[in-house]
Amino acid sequence: MIEIKNKLNVSASPHVKSPKTVTGIMLDVIIALCPALIASVFLFGPQALAVTAVCVGTCVLSEFVARKVMKRDNTICDLSAIVTGLLLAFNLPSTIPLWMAAVGSVVSIVVVKQFFGGIGQNFVNPALAGRIILLTSFPTAMATWAKPLSWKAEATTTASPLAAMYNEAGEFTAENLPSLTDMLIGNRAGCLGEVCAIALILGGLYLVIRKVISPAIPLAFVATVAVFMAVAGGFNMEYVAYQLLSGGLLIGAIFMATDYTTSPISLKGKIIFGIGCGLITSLIRFYGNLPEGVSFAIVIMNILVSHIERLTAPKPFGTKKEKKSKEVKSA
Amino acid sequence: MSKVKVSGVLKAVVKGRGGVKVDHRKNTAELEIVNMPAPKQVILPMSQHIGAPCTPTVKVGDTVSVGQVIGDSDKFISAPIHASVSGTVKAIGNVALPNGSVVQGVTIESDGEMRIHEDIKPPKVDTLEEFIKAVRDSGLVGLGGAGFPAHVKLNVPKDKKVDTLIINAAECEPYITVDYRECIENSWDILSGIHIIKDFLGINNVVIAIENNKPKAFEMLKRIADSDNYSGDAIKIMELESKYPQGAEKVMVLSATGRKVPPGKLPADVGCLLMNVTSVAYIAKYLKTGMPLVSRALTVDGSAIAEPKNVRVPLGTNISEIIEFCGGFKEEPHKIITGGPMMGLSIVSTDLPVSKSNNAILAFTEKDAALTKESACIRCGRCATACPMSLMPTVIVRHAKAGDAEAVEKAGVMVCMECGSCSYSCPAKKPLVQNMRAAKALVREAGAKK
Repeated sequence: MIEIKNKLNVSASPHVKSPKTVTGIMLDVIIALCPALIASVFLFGPQALAVTAVCVGTCVLSEFVARKVMKRDNTICDLSAIVTGLLLAFNLPSTIPLWMAAVGSVVSIVVVKQFFGGIGQNFVNPALAGRIILLTSFPTAMATWAKPLSWKAEATTTASPLAAMYNEAGEFTAENLPSLTDMLIGNRAGCLGEVCAIALILGGLYLVIRKVISPAIPLAFVATVAVFMAVAGGFNMEYVAYQLLSGGLLIGAIFMATDYTTSPISLKGKIIFGIGCGLITSLIRFYGNLPEGVSFAIVIMNILVSHIERLTAPKPFGTKKEKKSKEVKSA
Repeated sequence: MSKVKVSGVLKAVVKGRGGVKVDHRKNTAELEIVNMPAPKQVILPMSQHIGAPCTPTVKVGDTVSVGQVIGDSDKFISAPIHASVSGTVKAIGNVALPNGSVVQGVTIESDGEMRIHEDIKPPKVDTLEEFIKAVRDSGLVGLGGAGFPAHVKLNVPKDKKVDTLIINAAECEPYITVDYRECIENSWDILSGIHIIKDFLGINNVVIAIENNKPKAFEMLKRIADSDNYSGDAIKIMELESKYPQGAEKVMVLSATGRKVPPGKLPADVGCLLMNVTSVAYIAKYLKTGMPLVSRALTVDGSAIAEPKNVRVPLGTNISEIIEFCGGFKEEPHKIITGGPMMGLSIVSTDLPVSKSNNAILAFTEKDAALTKESACIRCGRCATACPMSLMPTVIVRHAKAGDAEAVEKAGVMVCMECGSCSYSCPAKKPLVQNMRAAKALVREAGAKK
């Protein structure tokens, strides 16, 4: 007969836990980003790989150092720094000087993430904040686009579709734009991870199937931009398609706006958040001086999350009816 | 008003939100309930139910026999305690319960004869009052695990009209299979129990609710429901998706009728009476035999148990003896719990008596008992998605840690039934249920100060 020698573990119920872990979730996001990474290396060459490596490496290193300096637990094993590094790299042009990429990474991890308490505490998406800092600090370097598939020969630069889609009179013209097929496969100018729409959608589907993200935010986000652009562009569907496939809309909607920490929890909140992102993106793109507005839209909505959350909190079980009847009375 | 459908196999009227898909691990499902021989000694705590504890009605040295009342209370919300073996009262003193509280307990040394008390005979039950009294005398409490005195539940206040009787056979906790065995081994008692309750309380709708991972029990229940000519088509069977916590009171009322029990209210407030399937079968048995609740079946399982079993034991049997009866441990246990793994209590020692509401004993090896390391909340919202009560545990816990009792209460913490779905689904392995309990205490404290 086997006896109880050690003290029994005592803990609060439940005594079984789901196998899902934070590290596992981050690993799923990394896997989902792989198709876009492969596409970027294919399109922009070793330079894309170099930028990604610098961003990921700097993010992990600065997380490690920051936690050490703050005398806190080492958290690089949760893989979230790798996700931030990948996402930041994906939001940079492949031509960016590597030291700038490193600066952006340090800002993302140290200032935006660790200064506010680390994973789960940042109030805006770290990768996006890093990108915005770089965009405002180095506007030229951040808008120099390599021509895809030109890396084997002498590298040439080109204009991004968002900047090239209007003629001098400010009207939409597809004349100077890559074909829609090229837009889908990523044969167009842009940040290294945002160009290949197919790879991004593939990654998004993986995340939805693995239940890492809910499709609510991406769908609301993209649909809002589509509706806005359809109305604003006089229902020119070609224009809508170019709007949806250019810039960072897909990577933003699928990978950045769905960041847990900086998006609402409830379904209603997610939809409001997605619509807000879509609306601000559209307004910036359509009326603003900047060609692209996804980053700003998401960051602005990030800041509003706590308010959205407060307004959309689900009513505790069994309390809904009372509320409704009260509303009826007051009406 | 009632949304209950008329015939056939029912599907849930409203699919409840939340819940988690927990591994069923019903390893003991096909093991018949075996009787454990009388132990040398039993310790019967005077509080085996929700409500007022009983006071011992015997003295040290008294000779008692099976079914004799040894503890009772004059409070309404209470249930008498009966001797579960025949023998001599050896001691009356403090005993510890699995939850850590200490109550009075009566220790009976068994004479091994299991002599039945001479007063045991089928009760005379003609009126509702007599029925309620009989159920009280039987000492029955909810056998599903909550331990609420059955006679209190059946004594529906005059101003409340109950139109639906729901028989809870969901048994959504992993491992536990005693309700399942009851459905297979005693299905006719279940039917008689349903008739008795239905007729005495004048209820016309009966829904037997079971999860779809128990096809055999479902067939048995369907057979009894279909073969019932006595009450027409009043008895229906409802197949639920197997998802934890389908068996929770409020979740089940919603599934069966589409009605939501408001916070702080009971199913009777929305016209429902919810009974555990084994409790219902027991009522039928009691009216036939008059034998009070002196034993119960429980599942003994878990990775550290040598021979998992479904075993019927006299109440008050020491847990260590039950484990011994099940072949002892095959590996050193590092965690032992009473009840299911989602809501059960982990105990500090096996030297504890089995009580009425104890439906399982599970022992786990080091690998399965490892305490998980907690990491930072990433606000993924899985806890809120899993909550069947539409709460946002992460938000409540954040308010609670800031000591904001008002915000915690406003967020609905009191609706929490501690089902464990949030903690189960948390990827950061936060002890959310524990935190929710602390949050409730915070609200109670703040209420007491006012």
